[in-house]
Amino acid sequence: MSTTAEAPRRRIRPGQVLGRAGAHLLLALLLVPVLFPVYYAFAGALMAPHELSRFPAQLVPTGLHTDNIRGALEAVPLVRMYANSLTMAGVITAAQLMTSALAAYAFVFLRFRGSAVVFALFLSTLMVPGEATFIPNYLTISAWGLADTFAGLVLPFLAYAFGTFLLRQSFRQFPRELYDAARMDGMGHLRFLWTILLPLSRPSLLAVGVYVFITSWNMYFWPLIITRSTEMQTLQIGLNSLKTGESTDPGLLLAGAALSVLPTLALVILGQRFIVRGLTAGAVK
Amino acid sequence: MTAPAPPSPAPPRARSERFGETALAWGFLAPSLAVFALFLVYPLGRTVYLSLHGNDIIGRPDRFVGLGHFAEMASPEFGQVLLTTLLFTAGTVVPGVAGALAVVLLLEGVIRGQRLLRGAFALPFAFSVASASVVFTVFYSPGNGVLNGILYRLGLDQVPWLTSQEMALWSVCITTVWMNLGYGVLVLAAGIGSIPREVNEAARIDGATGVRLARHVTVPLLGPQLFFLVVISTINALQSFGQIHILTRGGPVGSTTTLVYSIFEDAFAYSTSDFGRASAQALVLLLVVLVCTAVQFGVIERKVHYA
Repeated sequence: MSTTAEAPRRRIRPGQVLGRAGAHLLLALLLVPVLFPVYYAFAGALMAPHELSRFPAQLVPTGLHTDNIRGALEAVPLVRMYANSLTMAGVITAAQLMTSALAAYAFVFLRFRGSAVVFALFLSTLMVPGEATFIPNYLTISAWGLADTFAGLVLPFLAYAFGTFLLRQSFRQFPRELYDAARMDGMGHLRFLWTILLPLSRPSLLAVGVYVFITSWNMYFWPLIITRSTEMQTLQIGLNSLKTGESTDPGLLLAGAALSVLPTLALVILGQRFIVRGLTAGAVK
Repeated sequence: MTAPAPPSPAPPRARSERFGETALAWGFLAPSLAVFALFLVYPLGRTVYLSLHGNDIIGRPDRFVGLGHFAEMASPEFGQVLLTTLLFTAGTVVPGVAGALAVVLLLEGVIRGQRLLRGAFALPFAFSVASASVVFTVFYSPGNGVLNGILYRLGLDQVPWLTSQEMALWSVCITTVWMNLGYGVLVLAAGIGSIPREVNEAARIDGATGVRLARHVTVPLLGPQLFFLVVISTINALQSFGQIHILTRGGPVGSTTTLVYSIFEDAFAYSTSDFGRASAQALVLLLVVLVCTAVQFGVIERKVHYA
């Protein structure tokens, strides 16, 4: 953006104008396949069933029909699954913010033997892909009788080193004098953490929170193997059930996809700033 | 990574206070350490144990087989799984990173509405693996599929998106690239944003514009972000599961069965479970991901300079 601000003031060569027009044209061409599936998920959800089942399928709805949405809600208990996903993602996000904040606090503000070693251990956990631990975790959760329960869904994800890592970066920016002053006044560590540090670290907490919420909302492998009953399934697994049900009605599938994507779509449109911070933390320093 | 926090000038402290601080630190770390111990460290050990044992039909280990499961991997079937994994990784990482790079470079040439356009390219990011796969199920459907409908309107030949062994893997790749493009655009756009404005101005004064500016200035300076994106995309590709499960179930005839899908098939897909075989494959996956991560750390330490 910074590069283009002063562009108009310079003499513009015809080649540049052509180049710029070409860039716009290419972008427009790329944008079509990127946006078409987003558009069609919603357009198709609002089409009449016969508009989708004919060949070639309708590309623009002729009117607004709610048949697909009602059909999807009847085919699988989408509302219940929505609630399951929301609860699961909410509990995991809250728990990870708590466990990460406590651990990050220990690494930044408390001095103890082995701090560097424990931190290295935390970082090394990030290298292990979940798929390498799912079989034993499945056996553990089943042995505890927690298969097909909320506890079983969330337990393995209550702590994750990524949040600790990000919050540690943020806590380190905290002015040391403020910390020392609070300690001089006899403020305890927990009170300092809760009443001063966390409120002042809100942007970082939001970045971590949005990131954790989206990734757990989107989880697929673990909920697929650990839930059995329709009542316990999350929205993502419900979408798969829409497909394996008796009919693979395209209208139901698109309605399910459109409904399921609304919360994350809102987050991506409204909270892009925080998403960028959370997701690119490893890439940009 | 970063160096530990500079120690603040510490006032001389009483022994009890130091002890209190240590106890508190371990207390604060305890919840995280408990989760890691139960659901990460112990499972890794148990995966190794399972991988060395044969099991009954519901997966209970019943005999020691040593490296038998690993020896079995020297079969054409497993070779096919590894080849599929490799093709899937290449088929998602190369077009994904190249596409994201093309988008952010082209966006640099846009004066008005750059943010809005970038946001538009990031929209697919809102789609979960499952919702994207469900939409593409409708697109790829052999009977009344939307994509074949469009091809038909344009007078072009139909494509057997998910029904042919040659095409199915690429169709899953297309879905994956679509899902992940937004993330790549966000990462690279953040990288471009961090290039000092003087660098671009100096290059422009020297007469570099358009393609030359991109090739000799922007892309080299994006090195760290491009590298990060390649590694992250590779690790993601190696772990991809949902799109394969929803779109193809690993078929037709195993043509889309990657390593992760193969683990799922052996362990969870049917009423019988072969946890031993699946665990051995999980260790192979772990090894490949560890190598990728090690490469990432190694290269970043040596070559890539943030500052």
